Amino acid sequence: MDGLAQPFLGAVPSLIVSYGPVDAVQAMGLRVELTDAQLVARCRTGDPDAWRELVDRFSRYVYAIAVQGFKLPEHDAEDVFQEVFARAYEHLHKLRDDEAIRPWLAQLTRRLCIDRLRAGSIEQLDDDVEIADADDMIARLDESLAVHEALSALPDNCQEILDRFFARDESYHTIGDALELPSGTIASRISRCLTKLRVEMEGRNLGASAS
Amino acid sequence: MPRYDEEKLGEILSALPPAPESWVKAAQDIPLAQRGLDQIVERADADDDYRRRVIEDPEAALEEAEVVAHAETIEILRRRLDK
Repeated sequence: MDGLAQPFLGAVPSLIVSYGPVDAVQAMGLRVELTDAQLVARCRTGDPDAWRELVDRFSRYVYAIAVQGFKLPEHDAEDVFQEVFARAYEHLHKLRDDEAIRPWLAQLTRRLCIDRLRAGSIEQLDDDVEIADADDMIARLDESLAVHEALSALPDNCQEILDRFFARDESYHTIGDALELPSGTIASRISRCLTKLRVEMEGRNLGASAS
Repeated sequence: MPRYDEEKLGEILSALPPAPESWVKAAQDIPLAQRGLDQIVERADADDDYRRRVIEDPEAALEEAEVVAHAETIEILRRRLDK
């Protein structure tokens, strides 16, 4: 595990901003998103809800690195996925900068995927996979995760419809059934929610530029 | 500063499909598994026969402690028993 606490170079900085006194806001019954650093700090105290949230926040990211970046078959990807989170849980105290949890997980996932490929269990793929390509993919996934974080700031109905359509690849019909909406209205709702997401992203970028 | 239009945002969202629910649940249960491992190791430290049984068949010991026997969990158990 030596070196795993060193942040992965080249990752984008976290786009989540601090929301102030979290407990006070939560006590008012409002939903609040912890920053990555706040979440890691809570995990270190042994808070099981924080750990569940951490896994939830980064599960897509780790999964995508293994399956899209390194093209691991499902059973190998599952082993890597579990190993990443098991090691993260075991070694969370070694993380030098709590805000660097995402690049730390990226580096850990990357190393375990490479180990898996080099172990030779994926004979049909190991010649084709270029690690540099996987690193490019990780950079793109960092951007995807930032957009996903912005999505979490949108109203619940927008989060759900965009996630179902784009990330879960569900049809208008399936979405309409699940959300009890006429199929004919799905496209316009997706369009309106995408506009809200664009505005949210622009606001975040402006905030990042100003700071 | 990156510029986003709606089409690009859709493409970017498509790049992060959800991981299978069972994988996520197993990862979220790691603290529970850790407690199960603690109990096994504690018992093995106090009971040599039990320690031998765990070394011979770690999967059975994990199942008895209601811990899912992923390869990584078995490896952690072996490492801890070796200490």
